[in-house]
Amino acid sequence: MESDIKITIIDREGVSHVVDAPTDMNMNLMELVRAYELAPEGTIGICGGMAMCASCQCYVLTNHQLPEKSEEEEAMLAEAFYVQENSRLGCQIHIFPELEGLRVQLAPES
Amino acid sequence: MIKTDILIIGAGPTGLFTVFEAGLLKLKCHLIDALPQPGGQCSEIYPKKPIYDIPAFPEILAGDLVENLMKQIAPFQPGFTLGERAETIEKLDDGTFVVTTHKGTKHQAPVVAIAGGLGSFEPRKPPIEGIEHYEDCGVEYIIRNPEMYRGKDVVIAGGGDSALDWSIFLSNVAQSVTLIHRRNEFRGALDSVEKVQELKDLGKITLITPAEVVAIHGENTVKAISIQQGTEVLKKSCDHFIPLFGLAPKLGPIADWGLEIDKNAIKVDNSLDYQTNIPGIYAIGDVNTYPGKLKLILCGFHEATLMCQSAYQRIHPDKKYVLKYTTVGGVEGFDGSKKEAPKAVVKAID
Repeated sequence: MESDIKITIIDREGVSHVVDAPTDMNMNLMELVRAYELAPEGTIGICGGMAMCASCQCYVLTNHQLPEKSEEEEAMLAEAFYVQENSRLGCQIHIFPELEGLRVQLAPES
Repeated sequence: MIKTDILIIGAGPTGLFTVFEAGLLKLKCHLIDALPQPGGQCSEIYPKKPIYDIPAFPEILAGDLVENLMKQIAPFQPGFTLGERAETIEKLDDGTFVVTTHKGTKHQAPVVAIAGGLGSFEPRKPPIEGIEHYEDCGVEYIIRNPEMYRGKDVVIAGGGDSALDWSIFLSNVAQSVTLIHRRNEFRGALDSVEKVQELKDLGKITLITPAEVVAIHGENTVKAISIQQGTEVLKKSCDHFIPLFGLAPKLGPIADWGLEIDKNAIKVDNSLDYQTNIPGIYAIGDVNTYPGKLKLILCGFHEATLMCQSAYQRIHPDKKYVLKYTTVGGVEGFDGSKKEAPKAVVKAID
């Protein structure tokens, strides 16, 4: 599809996947991971994408300009485990054209 | 032994609505849930979030949805075993099932409906090396008996309501309470945040932020913890370390009940009645899977409705039943109540 971009997702086993991500479906990174089944169901997106569980935490490995963290995301990350400087909640990152080439790694399950 | 017609495991929206559909068929229900209140995720994780895809409700808060469901099922007098996790299942010679909770409460029913969502909610455990070694020896993830902290030095970690509320409560019980959080901001209710501020100013709670507990010390029981604040690590002696980082669902013991599991969910026959590979055990709502499955509350309601028809036939194999509409038959509660459409008033014109 013309509106698709390429995003690289490194799963929890360390395997890298380059996937086509639609920019016109109001999708976020957590949903993308689930759509391609890159993490077992029940271990990601538990709250459905409301920034309320941190099961979709990922590390952003490229320098893409991402939307600022909301207060809810900051609060959730402050209670998540294995958090690093580049941690984000996948559900809070909507897929838009400027994310072409984005690379992220899924944080360990907790 | 608690006896019922349909034993429902999980008191989320799907489990609750099952009581209604079963009630229309004069079947009694009892629900088991690991959480202390009904509503599942809707109550535990997002009670204040609006849901937009419940048919005929343009918008409804998750908490209100649960409240409405509780009202809707009240005439059918469901029983509840709350705060207990369904642990084991056993099939008796007469074909009925006995489900026992982790506290030993036994329930018997000819039909079991698993409406367990993503599983039972378990405390999230911080990845501190060796923490499991101290569980119940100074590390507690759930406060069951506040009295055990009397006169003790207690450290609580977390930034939500439970961390704040227990810090406030224990400040009157423990010798000392230290609250540690990775940010200066807390996401709990404003009242609780203000109360903690007040107690901190009075010297009744020690607040260490932004900081994190990185190690636990002690031979067999907790004697001290290490707290990392910026680049510094300080050691603090204490008797108890209570990490309160919320709950996460785990499929748990259900996974060992001999049911066919796929992708962390229970496989069911969606072409018929959402029965599992064990006749008499059904799985409905987010806990099940089948081709094309969608984890939506509205799908759970539909699955519950079809499942009850099958359960009825299983419980009453020789009875004939014809679907009745509530607009026609009304709703006759087990409590003697009866709701029905008002009769039309017919008046002649002179």
